[in-house]
Amino acid sequence: MTCSRRDFLKEAVGGTLATALPLSAFVFLTTDEAKAAIADAKVRWAFLVDTTKCVGCGLCVKACKTENEIPYDAAVTRTWVERYVVTKDGETHIDSPMGGRDGFIDDKIRDEEIDPEDIDKAFFVPKLCNQCDNPACVQVCPVGATYQTDDGIVLIDRDWCIGCGYCIMACPYGVRFFHPVHKVADKCNFCYHRISKGMQPACVECCSFGARRLANLRDPDDPVTKIITTERVAVLKDEYGTKPHVFYIGLDASVR
Amino acid sequence: MKWHVLRPLGVAIGLIATIFVAREFLVPDDFGVHGQNFTYGYHRLSNIQEWKDFPVKYQGRENCEECHEENLTELNSSSHQNVECENCHGPAVGHPDPNEFLPLDKSRALCLRCHAFLEYPNSDRGKLKSIVDRTHRRRDECVKCHNPHDPRESDE
Repeated sequence: MTCSRRDFLKEAVGGTLATALPLSAFVFLTTDEAKAAIADAKVRWAFLVDTTKCVGCGLCVKACKTENEIPYDAAVTRTWVERYVVTKDGETHIDSPMGGRDGFIDDKIRDEEIDPEDIDKAFFVPKLCNQCDNPACVQVCPVGATYQTDDGIVLIDRDWCIGCGYCIMACPYGVRFFHPVHKVADKCNFCYHRISKGMQPACVECCSFGARRLANLRDPDDPVTKIITTERVAVLKDEYGTKPHVFYIGLDASVR
Repeated sequence: MKWHVLRPLGVAIGLIATIFVAREFLVPDDFGVHGQNFTYGYHRLSNIQEWKDFPVKYQGRENCEECHEENLTELNSSSHQNVECENCHGPAVGHPDPNEFLPLDKSRALCLRCHAFLEYPNSDRGKLKSIVDRTHRRRDECVKCHNPHDPRESDE
């Protein structure tokens, strides 16, 4: 086999270019697909939790379980409320009995009596799915049963989920659980059936204190978006790089 | 090549071909990325509509106002104005037809969600009007004395 230096270089450069060209460059969107992609980019759902307003009534948890048909007495829930009591000795006492479904009516925490004199600060933190931009739970799904919609919501395909539980392990926020009736993974989807009809999520609707609010980040006139963009808000576990989209006002360092 | 190489190779190629043929039949037609990326967007398109069609239960106070304007006028002028009707009356799905009556929750436990005294000075909970469950008329339901639509005055 003979090959001149010129031919070799030609072939080598051509070959490198061809392999460097990603396959996706050959995927052409149809006009409808392109239109849909542009039109749907008008919505990116996000959530704002004001922990300073939450009083721990747990009506959001009750509403969520009813609205989304999560077995009421099973120890699983799509959203929950945690109570944090920081005492003067530096200890943080945390509890969330039944996810806070019945509210917090007892001052005992895990059967432990805490003297009100010893309390430095105490507050409630509602939690729900963060609808991450980089959802770890989606990446680990082996069958393509969970995915991100173009408005930012991570959904689970109940017909396609095989219940392997990888996503439940992968979520750094612990929002996923195994649905005891459908035998698939389940989690909060901001009440996708409600927000896509222009309604508020059930937990937002049932919160009497305005501690929970839904935002569309692509709408600059959205009052909640204005709060998120102009005020000092924090997210949970930023260091994981998942880019969570539930923003918190008044988040304490003791919140995990 | 020798037969002992070709035979297992044939079996392997046959298996792979079978998988591809089976895949063609088993994977739904609308499975794909649909203008998104493969990392997070690979899905069955019709599932989005399936979630959108999930039944709504909580209807909101605008829905209640259509028939129960009087009750809402009373509520709106009281300190309970921000409390959603369905928090106590239950989700209004299927009301008034076929369910004429909603399962009204008059229990003490419902009121205690907000009004059980917790001494948390820097939380809004500590600022709500509250009772100590153990000492405040344990055997009675709150609604015996307090009108939940206008709780400012008690009947006694």
